[in-house]
Amino acid sequence: MSSPTRGPRFVRRITQRFAGPEVEGGDVWDAIQLARHQDRPYPLDYIGMLMPDFEEIHGDRLHGDDAAIVAGIGRYHDRPVAVIGHQKGRDAKDRAYRNFGMPGPEGYRKGMRLMELAAKMRLPFIALIDTPGAFPGADAEERGQGGAIARSMLTMLRLPAPTVAVVIGEGSSGGALALGVADRVVMLENSTYSVISPEGGAAILWRDAGKAKLAAQAFKPTAANCYRWGVADAVVPEPHGGAHTNPEEAARQLDVYLTRTLRELDALSVADRRRIRRDRFRRIGAQRELPPDSSALMAQSAESPSGGAA
Amino acid sequence: MARRPISISIDRLRGRAPAQKPAKLPGDERSCPRCETHFSAQEFARNVGVCAACGHHFPLGARARLDHMADGGRWTPIGEELRAIDPLQFVDLQPYPERIRSAEAKGNTEALVCGELAISGQTCVAAIMDFGFLGGSMGSVVGERFARAADRAVELGCPLITVTSSGGARMQEGVLALMQMAKSIVSLDELNDAGLPFIVVLAHPTTGGVWASFASLGDITYAEPGALIAFSGPRVIEQTTREKLPSDFGLAERQLEHGHVDSVVDRRELPARLGSLLRILHQPPRPVPSLAGQLAANGSEGAARIARALPQLSRRLRDRVLGEGPQRGGQ
Repeated sequence: MSSPTRGPRFVRRITQRFAGPEVEGGDVWDAIQLARHQDRPYPLDYIGMLMPDFEEIHGDRLHGDDAAIVAGIGRYHDRPVAVIGHQKGRDAKDRAYRNFGMPGPEGYRKGMRLMELAAKMRLPFIALIDTPGAFPGADAEERGQGGAIARSMLTMLRLPAPTVAVVIGEGSSGGALALGVADRVVMLENSTYSVISPEGGAAILWRDAGKAKLAAQAFKPTAANCYRWGVADAVVPEPHGGAHTNPEEAARQLDVYLTRTLRELDALSVADRRRIRRDRFRRIGAQRELPPDSSALMAQSAESPSGGAA
Repeated sequence: MARRPISISIDRLRGRAPAQKPAKLPGDERSCPRCETHFSAQEFARNVGVCAACGHHFPLGARARLDHMADGGRWTPIGEELRAIDPLQFVDLQPYPERIRSAEAKGNTEALVCGELAISGQTCVAAIMDFGFLGGSMGSVVGERFARAADRAVELGCPLITVTSSGGARMQEGVLALMQMAKSIVSLDELNDAGLPFIVVLAHPTTGGVWASFASLGDITYAEPGALIAFSGPRVIEQTTREKLPSDFGLAERQLEHGHVDSVVDRRELPARLGSLLRILHQPPRPVPSLAGQLAANGSEGAARIARALPQLSRRLRDRVLGEGPQRGGQ
C-alpha cells in the first residue's frame, strides 16, 4: 500500500530489518526490560542533546504543575518547536517527584497549553512518549483524568503544524496515546506500545499482577510488531545493546529521523496534513466484513471468526 | 406483584458498584440487588430494566435501548456487517476467538450497535454500547462501527447520540484496541467540522479508554443514576494508592457534583429528554445568500450589478468566490 504516511525511502531502509517473523515469547519480555531500562534517555536527555535552548513551561493554570510531563519550546535546527514528553526519574527521590512518569490531568492540561501555543505560532509539535500509563488516583479522577486525555487527543489532532510522536520507552494505555495523535508515529527500536502495562493487563486478565510476563507475551507490544500492525510508521534504530549504552548515538539517530520527517511534513498544506492525520487513525484496526446480503442476519453471528486458530 | 419484605443492609445501600447481573431466580423472576424486590421479566422489560421500587438501573442490552429510544421502536442498523477477528492470536485464560463466539452466542454481534432512528420525530444516529458483549470493550469493530455511525450522521446532517457502557479498551486486541480511542476522536472532529452535536449518555459502567475518549467529549452529557464513571476503577485505585475511597466514588451523582456531567437522567425518561434536546438543537435549513445580495450589503453596488448580470455563473464558482464551498479535508 503506497500511503503518504509510510514515509521516505530511508525509513523503509531502516525498517526493512523488521520484516522477519513476529516477535514472540521470551524476546518480548526482554524488550519490555530494555524499554524500561533506568539508564535509557528520557525526554529531558534528548532535549538537552538536540536543542541548544529550551524553555520549559509549568502548570496547567487551573490547579497545579505535573512533573510527570515536561513541556516547553526549544530551538531545533534553527527554528522554534514545541516539545513534550513523559518524564521518569532515575533515583528513588526523582522517581517519586516524577510520579514514575504517570501524569494526572494537570499534566495533560499543561500539554494542551503547549498545543495552543503551537497552534497559534504554527510550531512543529514533537511528543516523546514514555509512560506506564496515566496515574490511577482518586484526585486525578475527580479533576477529570478521562476528559483531559480525550481533550488532549482532540487538541493534538487539530494542530495546524507538523506533529511527530516518538515512543522512546514504554508507551502504555491512554496515558501514552494522549500525546500520540500525530502525523507520524514512530518507535525507537527497543520501545514498546501497548493497550496497558504488562502488570495492569495481568491484573485484569489473570487477576494477578505477577503474571506480567505472560501478559507481555500476549500483547507482543514490540516496535517491530507495532510497525507490522500499522500502529507505528517507522522504527528508528538504536545503538547496539540499546539506547542506554550510547545516548548520544541514540539522539543522533532520532535527530536524523526528525529532521527528515519535519522537512517532508513542512511541504504539505495545513488542510492536507489534517486530512492525512485523520486518515491515518481512521484506517487503524483489524476486522472483517460479512458480504452485504448476509449483513442483517443475526444467524451469521455463530460463524467462526477468521484467523481464529489459536 | 407480591413483594418480599424489604430488608436493606447499610452495605447494600452504600454499595458502590451495583451488581453486574441480576440474581438468577427460578422461572422468569429477577431480584433487585439493591432493595431485593422481586419482579417478573415482563415487569423488568416494561420498566426498561429499572427497579420499580428503588429506581436501581440494571444493565440493559444495546438493542433493547434502541427499541426503547426510537419512535415506534423502529431503527435501521449501521455497520452490522462488521465482525471481530483475532489479529494478535491472543490467548489469556481462553483464546480470544472462543470469547467472541460465546459472546455472539448470547445474541449480539459486537459491543457497539449503531442505528439510524427518529426520536420525537427528529432524525438522529445512535451508537449504543452493550456491556453484555465482552464487557462492552472497545476493539476494532467498535471503533469502525462508531466511525460509520458518525459518517452517517454527517451524511444526514443530524446529531450523533451515544450510550456508553464499557470496561474500556479490549485487552485481546492489544494496541490496536488502544488506537480505537484516537479513531473515535477523529470521528468527533468530523462532526465538529460539520457543525453537528454529539450527545453522550453514560451508563453503568463507563470506564477506561471509553471514558478517556469519546465518552467524555459530549456537547451535552447525561448519566444514568448510579453509573460508575471513571478512567481507573475504584479497585485499581485502591490497589495502587492504598487510598480508601468514599462509597459513592465515581458514581454519576458525584460526577455531577464535580462538574463532569450535565444531568443525571432516569432511563425511563431518556427518550423524552433526548427528544426535547433534539428539538432545541434542530436547525432550520440556512438560506444561501446570493452573491449580488452580499456585494450590495458590502456597499459594492457596481459589483453587485455585474453579479446579477451573470446568472450563468456556476454555483460552484460562486461558492468559491464566497468561500462557501465544501471544506477541504471535510467529508
